[in-house]
Amino acid sequence: MSEAWKITLILLRQKGTEHPPYPQSFEMQVDPDEMVLDAVERVWAFHDRSLMFRHACHHSTCGACGMRVNGVEKLTCITTIRSVTHDGGSLKVEPLRNFPVVSDLVVDMSRFYIHMEQAKAVPVEAVNEANLPYEADSTQEAGMQRLVDCIECGCCISACPVALTTPTYLGPAVLAALQDNLSQRFSPELAAFADQADGVWRCHSAYECSAVCPSNVDPAWRIMDLRKRLISNRVGQFFGKKPNYEK
Amino acid sequence: MSDTPHVIIIGAGFTGCALAHDLTLRGFAVTVVERGEIASGTSGRTHGLLHSGARYCVNDRESAIECIEENILLRKIAAQCIEFNGGLFVALNDEDLSYAPRFEQGAQSCGIPIEKISPTQARERIPHLTNRVLLAYTVPDGAFDPLRLALAFAATAKHQGARFLTYHEVKGLRMDGRARVTGVTVWDRANDKTLDIGADIVINATGAWAGQIAAFAKVDVPVTPTPGVMVAYDQRLTDHVINRLSLPGDGDIIIPQRRMAVIGTTSYEVENLDYIPVLEEQVQAMYASAVELLPAIERSHLRGAYMSARPLVGRASAAGDERDLPRTFKCFDHAATDGVEGLVTITGGKATTCRAMAETTADVVCAKLGITAECSTKEQILLSYRNFYV
Repeated sequence: MSEAWKITLILLRQKGTEHPPYPQSFEMQVDPDEMVLDAVERVWAFHDRSLMFRHACHHSTCGACGMRVNGVEKLTCITTIRSVTHDGGSLKVEPLRNFPVVSDLVVDMSRFYIHMEQAKAVPVEAVNEANLPYEADSTQEAGMQRLVDCIECGCCISACPVALTTPTYLGPAVLAALQDNLSQRFSPELAAFADQADGVWRCHSAYECSAVCPSNVDPAWRIMDLRKRLISNRVGQFFGKKPNYEK
Repeated sequence: MSDTPHVIIIGAGFTGCALAHDLTLRGFAVTVVERGEIASGTSGRTHGLLHSGARYCVNDRESAIECIEENILLRKIAAQCIEFNGGLFVALNDEDLSYAPRFEQGAQSCGIPIEKISPTQARERIPHLTNRVLLAYTVPDGAFDPLRLALAFAATAKHQGARFLTYHEVKGLRMDGRARVTGVTVWDRANDKTLDIGADIVINATGAWAGQIAAFAKVDVPVTPTPGVMVAYDQRLTDHVINRLSLPGDGDIIIPQRRMAVIGTTSYEVENLDYIPVLEEQVQAMYASAVELLPAIERSHLRGAYMSARPLVGRASAAGDERDLPRTFKCFDHAATDGVEGLVTITGGKATTCRAMAETTADVVCAKLGITAECSTKEQILLSYRNFYV
């Protein structure tokens, strides 16, 4: 261990929906370059076997370990302790918002997955099938962001102020998937899915989703782009043009 | 109990999920108990390499043949979670070059299609590849998304009737007085309740933890949990898997995954499997070997570092020899090996061979219960992994 910090890890616990959630604190010695997930996993391994949290790949390819860390959505497997607290500081880990809590840090994301399936989001694709190359600095051009990098972690939905007040809202990742598909080929079914009150028009442009996205998918930009495409096609259809989203 | 035989599978990693798929297709009632989530142990923390088998074609031919056969099948049934871009084996020095004839011969005898290419061709494919490359071979390697591969098997099994009890930790095996396993006792972590579940057969598919579960029935499973470190860098730098042309060693594979390059791996033994710390010196060693193959790694940043324990069948003759243990899998019918009925252990193997591991285990289960049912997992395209949650 190169450096040792003492921190207070505060986990929001909840067992059964009939009991209210409560914080539980653990004084821990950590290496600041460890990931938040490592500290959470140690609580399970050495202190409390009843602690429930989702995790799988530990390197940001699966999206299972999205949580709120000191009030901000983070993929905990790639978030160093150094980046979110200080020596002697505290680290509060809560489940994602805007999803029903199953237990402790685990939330029920089934509704989200159903929507991603309906949006025909592509999870993994080979290079020769990809519509965008991998190599490209994510900061260069928003249009080069690959949706296939979306790992469906749910951070964007948790951060979204609209999803907080409107449970029926499809949410950023789903709309981003629709934008990605519709920008490649027109589908009346997908266009109708996006073009509804709880779809692309519910967004209030808070851009929180893009701020927390660990994969730089930039859902907020995609929602704005999708609106543009839908409007331009409505206007075009009014003048008898066929829908064309590929621009 | 109904006439349908009931099988409990302990562990929802690749093997457990693939086995639930296989057994439900063969008409069994299946319950999977898992102390964490799907793929939250070794399976989730793999490097995600869909092996062509070339890595093992010289010193572990049995594994190599299993890998190439399953590589082709998985690309068909689980295309949704596989990025199949091929890979290269590259030689950087004379020692690597001297391995080339054995490699060619090994690949040919295992039926792995390889092609020799020049350093120029190799660098055309991977512009960031070191200019020290002397020779390269193409191989049918790929990358898979670990969680989604396990989920795809689990989703399909679930829709075929399998029941998944996640966050249910096995606390004991239920035995009758005649050395027969009749079920499991599990602790429901969400509700803090203990429950007993009965079964005709219990299958221990807990990989590196197989010895711990088998110990509940006082039987021994020769498995050596052998962790390795993997380090993910924040630039992809290659679209193809890169292997060092030599016998398997530390830090000699680079796998592109999403926007990352994942370097693996090491091989050693640990005591506590439930928490394996990431050792700084191993991370440094990975970095050093990765830079040899892809110098541009110097310009990227560490994104994640993680450990997981492979379950290797057998026991290393001496500390430090873990690398020499075979990568094949083994199914133990404890009635035959230890006189304990109703318990089967499947362990060893690799993610790439999980379907075959399931097939072999399901064959053993069928034989034990006198059931004739053919395996049909080679043909069945898996449902979308998202169906696990639907």
